[in-house]
Amino acid sequence: MEIRRRNHHIEISELDPFLAELLRQIPASANPDGVQAAEQRLFSAPSNGKQTELCAEWRMYVEPELRRLFQTATETVAADLQQLNGNEKSFANRTLRIPSKHADAWLSALNQARLVIAAKNNFTENELNDHFRSPIGSRRDLSLFQVNFYGFLQEFILRELES
Amino acid sequence: MSCGPRRDGGCPAQIKDIEEMTHVSNEKAGTMTTAEPTVEQETRSEDELDVPWQVVVHNDPVNLMSYVTMVFQRVFGYPREKAERHMLEVHQKGRSILWSGMRERAELYVQQLHGYLLLATLEKTC
Repeated sequence: MEIRRRNHHIEISELDPFLAELLRQIPASANPDGVQAAEQRLFSAPSNGKQTELCAEWRMYVEPELRRLFQTATETVAADLQQLNGNEKSFANRTLRIPSKHADAWLSALNQARLVIAAKNNFTENELNDHFRSPIGSRRDLSLFQVNFYGFLQEFILRELES
Repeated sequence: MSCGPRRDGGCPAQIKDIEEMTHVSNEKAGTMTTAEPTVEQETRSEDELDVPWQVVVHNDPVNLMSYVTMVFQRVFGYPREKAERHMLEVHQKGRSILWSGMRERAELYVQQLHGYLLLATLEKTC
């Protein structure tokens, strides 16, 4: 896989089918699917529990706005990912071009996906910091790889935003 | 979204407003003979008199350090060095106070931080 900046987009080329599939899963991975831990992480409380009135107001007024914000980001990413659904041979390497103006949406969607996956799997800090864990031998290992892969993409997008 | 606690008898800002209104009506009626320089008194609204609130960001093993730094720069307009200092404080001590002041603005900051998926809370200063 190669990732570089072109004029007005970030280009991820030489994407093998496995990594392409992981990218395709970003919008679905960002969905908490009703898992309480994931919901609570995406929509965390605005106080340490002492301000019950504030928490109630937050759920009523702020949470719906946040849901819309997060959904807009994942929809933008899902639309960009349509590029990976071409008629090319299924085992051919693919190229994905992310418009620079979608960088924020990608950062948000990748972050949502990483947080939801981590919450669903209840990953420990040690597991999350073990970037060299291999090989992928279980569904849990695959989820951890997904979190790290999405983190790598986030790092690259952040560097591009800074430059 | 919220406002500060109400106090009976009006706040200094309201009193000053009434004084100014009286001053203007006298002037219009032609009873004002000397034009004394007015001294602006520092006034505070009810919200400003409210106990300061703190915006606290808590550690999170998932969010990237570079991402958290960028968010602090964007939300608070902090220079990179200051944003990094806060990010490191969050990382090493588990939390950092990013801002303190009026409740309404603090709520806005927390909302923005939640929009970036950081763990942020609003806390009343003791």
